[in-house]
Formats: sequence, C-alpha cells, structure tokens
Amino acid sequence: MNLKRLYQETILSHNKSPKNFRVLDDCTHEAHGKNPLCGDDFFVYVKVEGNKIADIGFQGQGCAISKASASLMTHYIKGKSLDVVEKMKNCFIESITQEDCSDECKETLGPLFLFEGVRDYPVRVKCAALIWRALESALSTESINKEVSTE
Amino acid sequence: MTSLPLYSTELKKDFPVLQQTMNGKPLIYLDNAATTQKPQAVIDAMTSFYQDSYATVHRGVYRLGHESTAIYDAVRKQVSRFINADSEKEIVYVKGTTEAINLVANSFAGEFLQAGDEILVSEIEHHANFVPWQQVAKRNGLVFRTIPVNDVGELDMTAYESMLSPKTKLVAIGHVSNALGTIHPVKEVVKKAHSVGAKVLIDGAQSVAHMKVDVQDLDCDFYAFSGHKLLGPTGIGVLYAKKELLEAMPPYMLGGDMIETVGLTETTFAPIPEKFEAGTPAFVEVIGLSAAISYIEKIGLEAIEAIEANLLAIATEKLSKIDGLKIIGTAKNKAAVISFVLDNIHPHDIGTILDEYGIAIRAGHHCAQPAMTRYCVPATARASFSFYNTESDIDKLVSGIHAVVEMFA
Ligand SMILES: Cc1ncc(COP(=O)(O)O)c(C=O)c1O
Repeated sequence: MNLKRLYQETILSHNKSPKNFRVLDDCTHEAHGKNPLCGDDFFVYVKVEGNKIADIGFQGQGCAISKASASLMTHYIKGKSLDVVEKMKNCFIESITQEDCSDECKETLGPLFLFEGVRDYPVRVKCAALIWRALESALSTESINKEVSTE
Repeated sequence: MTSLPLYSTELKKDFPVLQQTMNGKPLIYLDNAATTQKPQAVIDAMTSFYQDSYATVHRGVYRLGHESTAIYDAVRKQVSRFINADSEKEIVYVKGTTEAINLVANSFAGEFLQAGDEILVSEIEHHANFVPWQQVAKRNGLVFRTIPVNDVGELDMTAYESMLSPKTKLVAIGHVSNALGTIHPVKEVVKKAHSVGAKVLIDGAQSVAHMKVDVQDLDCDFYAFSGHKLLGPTGIGVLYAKKELLEAMPPYMLGGDMIETVGLTETTFAPIPEKFEAGTPAFVEVIGLSAAISYIEKIGLEAIEAIEANLLAIATEKLSKIDGLKIIGTAKNKAAVISFVLDNIHPHDIGTILDEYGIAIRAGHHCAQPAMTRYCVPATARASFSFYNTESDIDKLVSGIHAVVEMFA
C-alpha cells in the first residue's frame, strides 16, 4: 500500500508536534499561503540576517501533509544561506512532481526527500508545496502579507 | 422504520461503475451529492441514439432530424410531469443548475430589479446559488443579504421573516443543502416571500433525485436542477420558471434556434422556452436525462426516500459512535448527506486514506465556503448516499474511519 509511503512516521509525528510552530515578532519577511479547495492555510515568518535564514516560524492549519511539510522545511532551512534554500526549494518541487529526481537533488534535500511519496497523489502535491510557495513569496519581496495560493 | 423494498440491495447491479474494484477493493461510492453514477439504462439510451438515430433537432428536413426533434420535445413533457409543472413551455433546457441560476440572475434580477432592491440567500448556499446574486447585486446597486442558519444547520425562519420587506424582490434558497444535508422548508419560504411580493428561486440540485418535487405545490417561481446529479449525463439541466416570467424575461444567450426572424437591424425571438435555448442543444443528453427520469420513476421516489432515510439513520448512528467524530449539520429534516470532522485530523487526510480502502467521499469546502465559515471549520469530510448504497457500504466507511483514526493516534 502506497499509503505508508505517504504517511510516514516522520510526517505523522511532525504533524502532531510541529517544529517552529510560532509567530516571529522580529521577522523581516512574511507571507500567507492558502489552498482554498482543501482549506490549508498557513503564515510563514522569516528573519533574514545577512544572507542567511536566521530564524523561521509558521502558524496556521491544514492537512497532515501540509503541516508536516511546513515543520520539516522550517527545521531544515534554518541557518542555511538563501542560495542553498532556493536550491532546496527547486529540488523539493522536483522530488514531489517528477519520477526520477536527480541524485544531486536527493543529496540537497536530505531528509526532506521523504515527501516524494506525494507524487502518487496528484491532488496532494499542492499540500506539500504550499509552505515552500509561501516561503518563496515571503522572500521575493520585503512587503508584508503577500497572499499566495497553489491552486 | 419504514419497510424497504425487498430489492433495495440489488439496485447497485444496475450501475456498471459500481461493479469495479478500487485499489483491489470493491468501490464504495459515497460522493453522490457531487454527482451520481449512471445506470445501464442511461448509458444504453445514449449509445443507441448515437448509433441508430443521431441527427440534429429543429433543422433537418429529413426523417432522422424529425425523430430527434420529436424525442427532444417529448422529453420536455416528461420533465414537466416529473416536477409537475403546469406546462412543458415552462421547462428550459440548460447545461445545469449553475447555468439555470445565472440565467435568472441575468435575465430576471439583472433586468427587472432596481437599485436598492434586495436579494436574500441563505448563508450556506452552494457558490452557484450565491456568487451570481452577489455579483449582479454589485453591478446593479442591489442589496445582497444572507439569511442566517442556526447551529444545527436549519434556516432561521424568524430572522428570515424579519428580513422580508417590500424591498425584497428575490429569495434564492437551496431545497437541500449540499454541504450539510438540511432540507429547507421551501414551501414556507415561498409563501412568506410571496406575501411581500418577492419571487423565489429554489436550487433543486440536491433534491430532485431524492424526493418528489411538485413545483406547483411549492408555488416557487424558479426551480433549477442538474441531470448529472439525477443519474443522468453531464451537460444537461433544467430551469423551471413560471410562464409569465419566462415570457417577460429577455433571452440570456443569442444565436441560432432561439430566433423567429432575423433582419439586418432587428430580430424577433422564438416563443418560450426556445427563446432561452440558443445554439445546437445537448439533445443526446436530453435523451439520457429522459432515461434517468424513467429509471427513477420505475423505482419510485417514495421507495428512494425510504431507502435513503434508512441509510441516513444507520450511518448517523454508527458514525456518531466514533470517538472524536463530529457531524456538522444535524437538522431535524435532513437528506442522506453527512458532513463530519475528526479531532486533529484534516478532512483531506481522511479522504486520501479512505480512498486507499476503495471508499470515495468528498473532502473540502463543497463549494460552500460561507457555510464552512459559519461552522468555523476549514473543510469537512462528506459522505453522501444514494439509494444504490447499502448498509454494508456504511460498515466499510466506519471501519475505514477507524483505520484513519488509528493511523493518526
Ligand atoms: C446545491 C447545489 N447547487 C448547485 C450546484 C451546481 O450544479 P452544477 O455544477 O451541476 O451546475 C450543485 C452541485 O455541485 C449543488 O450541490
């Protein structure tokens, strides 16, 4: 059953007790990401210092896939440079949408590669991608409160 | 409990789609509020028409064309009998409920209502019976107001009455809520609206396949429904409207088939209902719709109501026993639609996991975002039944939900 590949232990546990599930009062960037169809709805808060993600948090509600994706993303990109984060984002999207993700991507992603099981569930791809799209939107401008939707 | 027709568990056999397996398990289809499966009779009627009789309506001088036209017009009589309209001239073929409502929003509200006039809709309407009114109001300076519903999903009739005034010109209300299953007291809604001179449109998308509808008894001004939720094909639906309204309303779309004579500067329109049916119509779908109505009438709407009431009672009882499950919408008068949420588990996850067990339910906002807002949920999971579902389907749903809960434990 593919279900076990989708709902892996790590995903279930991050859904239950997400990391960085908080508002950053001193964030430099933030964005709002929504999937209107299924009701995933998250805010991401980023504090950029120099060229690095110094701190990151998120808040909101959504399905296990979207929430675990947000938790794992924040956990693994904290402290990374913006260049690396950009690369991770592209690799992440590749891993959840394409059959043969390159070895280089797998390496870049590390544990985040575990979302590849989502590929078998086309309607769930946007759940996994939502927080990354929100991050992209937050970083693309200094302006606060940008709305993004992956539908 | 009402006694059920002996053959109720046999009815599934008439539906080819329901004979297949999904992920190695028998398909349990519980998304009937979105669209219903098609009985063999409907598939056969359309296939044989394509194979043996296909030719366009209202145009051909040849025999095939005459036959198509005769069938097309005969079905109008059948539909008119099905909902007990006064005349088949009151039956307009449209694409579906959405088109029917847009037609009325444009050709009635957009044409005859004046700035300051009020349109009332319930706060749990499907977007199809919400957005067209909201937008025509915006365009023409009308006032768009929502009638509240109580915590169990019933229309607040006291609030409704207090909102009615001579300014109220149109009330648009679902017969059955697709999001919660509530059966609204539409006859009373119509009576009260008429007492202040307002017209009423009833969105019958969720009712015609599940209960006997009599538009003359309801005395509604407009009634809309879709073929595909009635065991029929997609692309065909019906707008019923009282004759004098259709006669007064201007056409919604212009083109072939809806004209009488066309000159260089002037055109006269065909009489009703053709005035509202521009273009080559979906007449093969009309034939499918006819077969669907015949199939439903063969089983009988009384029998269907009894079967579905029984399914609703059993499912409500069994689902309520699941720890952490909450049913959203527990109106006294309900159709066989159960919207529910589970503690700490998002409906989308419920839907994906149940699918793995071959169970098709809906997860999301059910095109009724204002309803989700009203009940403070981002989405719900929804199981909606048809007479071809069985108690065993309910048992599988219940064990599927237990598996979901276990996975997230
Ligand atoms: C209550 C209600 N109204 C309107 C519609 C729209 O019907 P259709 O999509 O067939 O036009 C639906 C179906 O989705 C519905 O459930």
